[in-house]
Amino acid sequence: MPIPMDIATFLVQCLNAVQYGLLLFLVASGLTLIFGIMGVINLAHGSFYMIGAYMAWGLAPLVAAHLAGGFATVLAIGIVLSVLLGYVLEWAFVSFLYRRDHLQQVLMTYGLILVFEELRSLVAGNDVHGVAAPASLAGSIALGDLMSYPVYRLLISAVCVVVALAMWLVLARTRLGMSIRAGASNREMSEALGIDIRFLYRVVFATGVALAAFAGMIAAPVSSVYPGMGNAVLILSFVVVVIGGIGSVRGALLAALLVGFVDTFGKVLVPQASGVAVYVLMAAILLWRPEGLFRRV
Amino acid sequence: MSSTAPEARAAWPVIAAAIAIVAFPLFGGRFAIDLATSIIVSAIFALSLALLVGETGLVSFGHAAFLGIGAYATALLAPKAGAPSLVWLAPAVVSVTAACALVIGALAIRTRGVYFIMVTLAFSQMAYYVFHDTGIGGGSDGIYINARPTLPFVASLGDGRTFYYVAVACLFATFLLLTAIKRARFGHALAGIRVNEARMRAAGFPTYAYKLAAFTLAGALAGVAGLLWAVKDGFVNPELLAWHQSGAVLLMLIIGGLGSLRGAVVGALAFILMKEAFQSEALFGAFARHWQLPLGLAIIALVATMPRGLMGLRESWRARRRTRPGVVA
Repeated sequence: MPIPMDIATFLVQCLNAVQYGLLLFLVASGLTLIFGIMGVINLAHGSFYMIGAYMAWGLAPLVAAHLAGGFATVLAIGIVLSVLLGYVLEWAFVSFLYRRDHLQQVLMTYGLILVFEELRSLVAGNDVHGVAAPASLAGSIALGDLMSYPVYRLLISAVCVVVALAMWLVLARTRLGMSIRAGASNREMSEALGIDIRFLYRVVFATGVALAAFAGMIAAPVSSVYPGMGNAVLILSFVVVVIGGIGSVRGALLAALLVGFVDTFGKVLVPQASGVAVYVLMAAILLWRPEGLFRRV
Repeated sequence: MSSTAPEARAAWPVIAAAIAIVAFPLFGGRFAIDLATSIIVSAIFALSLALLVGETGLVSFGHAAFLGIGAYATALLAPKAGAPSLVWLAPAVVSVTAACALVIGALAIRTRGVYFIMVTLAFSQMAYYVFHDTGIGGGSDGIYINARPTLPFVASLGDGRTFYYVAVACLFATFLLLTAIKRARFGHALAGIRVNEARMRAAGFPTYAYKLAAFTLAGALAGVAGLLWAVKDGFVNPELLAWHQSGAVLLMLIIGGLGSLRGAVVGALAFILMKEAFQSEALFGAFARHWQLPLGLAIIALVATMPRGLMGLRESWRARRRTRPGVVA
């Protein structure tokens, strides 16, 4: 017996589902690119989401005090920092994993999760923190007579769509994207043709880190900032990547939206079993297509 | 000394370890026996996964699901009043866990490689949320076991020392069972699948059925570990199924070294002791609260420097001393 839902509630839930799905897509796309192109399973990807969110919380007062800047400045600084972080991590920890098997990649990045979680606890403590949305976007748009929807959430969706489009443009239409795709399908041959694969991998990894951290930063005002927030996102991103097909950005987008809808409506319709709904979806899709909806980049 | 048969040389550390394990409670205090029991139960859990990862080449990142299902089955099947007998409880728990492993395995084994890693992870999360969100096992608070199970001819399992010996007996049985499997045709087929599945299929082996059988058996053995865990603590909560547990048991295998059953036991020992040391306030003072930091760094260092684990370290040390064909641990 489904709970009756009026049109406005339904619309609000749809918007929530899209927004959640698009955020998941930002995290999952980095994960799927890093795996599809570099062949590395990166469990620490959820940590980058968490690091992003904590940057949004930690940088905001600093930026306001010293630079008189707002949320946009925080985002810009955060992106630069996360690209740097990704670049350094790739150099220090990931670069020698390319020739190791998946099990070792899983364990190495599992170790990184523990380190990041404890560093977070040392630096920022274990409290839950709220992050204020920028004042100019704090309003709401009226939907029907009783419902309204926050502008900031709408903007999140819009920004995610722009990022997704930009990613597709870079991968499909630029020389850099071409070398990345070439490196993904045949590393040795691309190297022989003079493409600097090591640099390319570093760029891909840094981009993945920046995408996850960016998702964490823009999600922070909506979800608040709390310990372990990366883990939930990591596992859901895995589900997204598996459903979409590993290495496929298009698949990740479709799967992220699917997961967003199933999770959001699962919470509304069957609150007792909401955590399970997404995994039932995954099992059903794997029964139908063991390698996900789309296979390659 | 060169006249010693290779088998005898390889066997004596096992005999020494066996004597140490059996004699241990005579000297150890209550805390030491509790810790040793945790190590034994973890070793059974690690051995069950070794059948999948080390022998069959199936890297499951969701093995904690079966540990948890075994533990919850123990708590839920036990009657509200009175102590259950292990004579019926153990087979019941193992059957329930094996049935779950059969269903999950049937789906997960359709995938391979990285998909398998992620899918097993996702299924274990699903099991986690089943126990965490629904009221089946008391939700996120967990569930208590009212009375410790009884075993005929044995004093109360409530006594830490007795329970330790029961756990040791289970460990030996598991070890012997897996050794027998390794030597049997079934074990050789699993090794063949690990090395080259396509060739095994071409040779006429139904590889899907073999892998599913291994997955189910591994799940059932993890269920035994879950049962022991539940009886040991008298309490079960969803954290047993959390993905950190699945990561930890994979880590035990890697620390010990894949490919040998002894590696799984050594790895469980090393991992639990390492974790205990990092959590110890006597050693690290106030920083013991942040034990995950040194643990994480140790994991990273370990993967970076010893890809073949402790057993691999020993083998390469042996090989350096003298290259003698035929001496294989």
